[in-house]
Amino acid sequence: MSRQLKILAVLALLIAVVVVTPHTTPFLLMLATRILILAILAMSLDVLLGFTGIASLGHAAFLGLGAYLTAILAVRYHFGLGWDFWLVVLFGILLGAATAAVFALFALRARGVYFLMITLALSQCVWGLAYRWDSLTGGDNGLNLPGRPMLGPISLGNDTAYFYLVFGFFAASLVLLYIFVESPFGRSLVGIREHEVRMSILGYNVWLHKYIAFIVSGAFAGLAGVLWAHVSSEVSPEDVTLTTSVDALLMVVLGGPGTLLGGVLGAVIVLFLREYLSTLVPWWPYVLGGVYVATISYLPDGLLGALMQRGRILAAGVTPAPESVQPPNRAKKLEVNEGGVS
Amino acid sequence: MQWMRQVGLLALAVALSALVTRPAGADELRIGFLAPVSGPLAQIAKDMVDGFRMYLDDHKGDFHGATIKLIVADTQAKPAAAVLQAQKLIKQNHVNMLIGGVLASTGYALAPISTREKVLYIASVPASDNLTQRDAHDYPYFVRTGWTSSQPNHPFGEWACQNGIKKVVTIAADYAFGYEQVGGFQKTFEACGGQIVQKMWPPIGTVDYSPYISSIKQDADAVFVLPVGAGMLNLTRQLQASGIVPRMHLIGSGATFDEFVLPNMGDEVIGAYSALQYSAAIETPENEAFVKEFRKRFGKVPGYFAESNYTTAMLIDAVMQQTNGKWPGAEAFIKTLTALKVDAPRGPVSFDDMRNPVQNIYIRQVEKKKMFGDSKAELWNVVVKTEPHVSQFWSFNKAEYLKQPVYDRNYPPCKFCK
Repeated sequence: MSRQLKILAVLALLIAVVVVTPHTTPFLLMLATRILILAILAMSLDVLLGFTGIASLGHAAFLGLGAYLTAILAVRYHFGLGWDFWLVVLFGILLGAATAAVFALFALRARGVYFLMITLALSQCVWGLAYRWDSLTGGDNGLNLPGRPMLGPISLGNDTAYFYLVFGFFAASLVLLYIFVESPFGRSLVGIREHEVRMSILGYNVWLHKYIAFIVSGAFAGLAGVLWAHVSSEVSPEDVTLTTSVDALLMVVLGGPGTLLGGVLGAVIVLFLREYLSTLVPWWPYVLGGVYVATISYLPDGLLGALMQRGRILAAGVTPAPESVQPPNRAKKLEVNEGGVS
Repeated sequence: MQWMRQVGLLALAVALSALVTRPAGADELRIGFLAPVSGPLAQIAKDMVDGFRMYLDDHKGDFHGATIKLIVADTQAKPAAAVLQAQKLIKQNHVNMLIGGVLASTGYALAPISTREKVLYIASVPASDNLTQRDAHDYPYFVRTGWTSSQPNHPFGEWACQNGIKKVVTIAADYAFGYEQVGGFQKTFEACGGQIVQKMWPPIGTVDYSPYISSIKQDADAVFVLPVGAGMLNLTRQLQASGIVPRMHLIGSGATFDEFVLPNMGDEVIGAYSALQYSAAIETPENEAFVKEFRKRFGKVPGYFAESNYTTAMLIDAVMQQTNGKWPGAEAFIKTLTALKVDAPRGPVSFDDMRNPVQNIYIRQVEKKKMFGDSKAELWNVVVKTEPHVSQFWSFNKAEYLKQPVYDRNYPPCKFCK
């Protein structure tokens, strides 16, 4: 598929989702809202994992900070329940970005598994604050928001209205992040992922590139947090646990890192299996676990990565050589970078 | 191609959920039961559902003409998941009421939904004090059929003081459930002349308690324990290994020695005192029948998780008896329910005006003995003293009690800790 065709297909899919979902059941509508929020989180993580090649285990921290900010402002100061909701969105994004800027100072000193451990430790600090700072966060009991904002005549307490709002933020995030990763800056991130030393020899400030990628990622995760706080009108330390970070990571890995939409697909599958299947059968965790294992064993590029590879092979009319383990999207991007060099 | 698949999936989902959604019948009572079926609390969830189902099966799913439709939903022990499932039960399954939840955080997440959606929520397990105390006016559709964390510990503190315990060290899990139980104990224990000389708060899931045990003040004569999480069996074992027990009395929360963990404990807990609104060893015909039947069906002795949900079913049945099997609406249901008095396995249960049970509190001691015709000697919480008709405010003036802050890490302050 050409690029235009791909964009058209995604656009058609998005329109289908926004038109069809409100006419399904109330449960599916609420589930779709959650999927879209966590898809923003997954996409923000994909900027790091898929495009920059650094895996963070701390994205729950940014989500949690956005969520707690929203809850604390609403509960303690009654702020953000009208038109000032847009200010809260802005603050959430800024808080996510600022925290990421601080965290990155520590985390970017390391790479690989050490980077993973530092991000994990930092996000556990945020969890600790949420859990133990009773007077501000309500401790283990969490915080109950007084309700969703009223935007003039529109009450976001209506699930359909809130779905549209979340969908708007999701679509905007998708477009912005797509522009970001397709920009020359985004390309240089891919270059860092593929060959960090080469990039630094070429004169790129590798550390600064990673630093900015981390901040952008944190900002979008903070946005997801603001939306998350209102989805269930409660925030608890459970939202900031390691499990949330791992979920985000698995969504990206499952859908396909380095594709943006892969995270979205991952969010759809994980939430659908967990929240929908759990209403039908008690052994749903086995299905989810099986999907994870199968994906990682047989589709290391994720579902979307595998699909894209398949599509490309079909288009080219050749059968893949069994030993070609190099994912084609990576190979292509590497070419672009090297092409720019020579 | 890919989007077609997704649309196909969506269509399938719509079709499936259409199957699940049926309008509520005239004489059908739809109950949404929220329990952490998957995750670390899965065993507790099973006990809860088993307790409720047992009463339901005994009455063939028919409460005086109302056919009960029970829908169990998995909260995964996460408040956010509980909220989603609760909203689904209300908006899609059109349930008349929600029951369940375990953790205080789940209770606090579900209570506002009951207010917003005007749907009855019966908390059969979540125990955080304020839900039926300082926050009760925010949640008019919330009724509790279990207990508040401090409720059994008020009489327990007084009893401990009157029975020769003078200085107590507490080791309790570091969250509201721990604070409220220790706080309740401390308030009455110190009012009667006892002294809490040291309070320690290990985090939930602590596995090795030796650092806490080695710092226990040696002049204490009892240690109050409330461990929570994966290592909860270790605390009593390590206390015995260190020689603190039996040199000091072992006392603790009723939940620590509840029958859902008691069979996994060793002889080190023999002699331990605790207080709760239930014990499987209550020697009444109602309880004996309940314990025997539960054991026959599920192969274990019921603890308070099972009993509380059995009793909840019994209470709903009693309301249905008065309305001839018709759903009277949430407000009328709550009015009828809170005016009831039933004889549950735990003893007589009625309600105070803040929708919390008034019930017997049992001071229990762990003993190894044969009970209810069983051939093997096992650990039982033998009732030492029955304190009848205990409300969440114990003997205090309600208005004054509500003026004091909720029990916390630092409240009541530890005057004798130094």
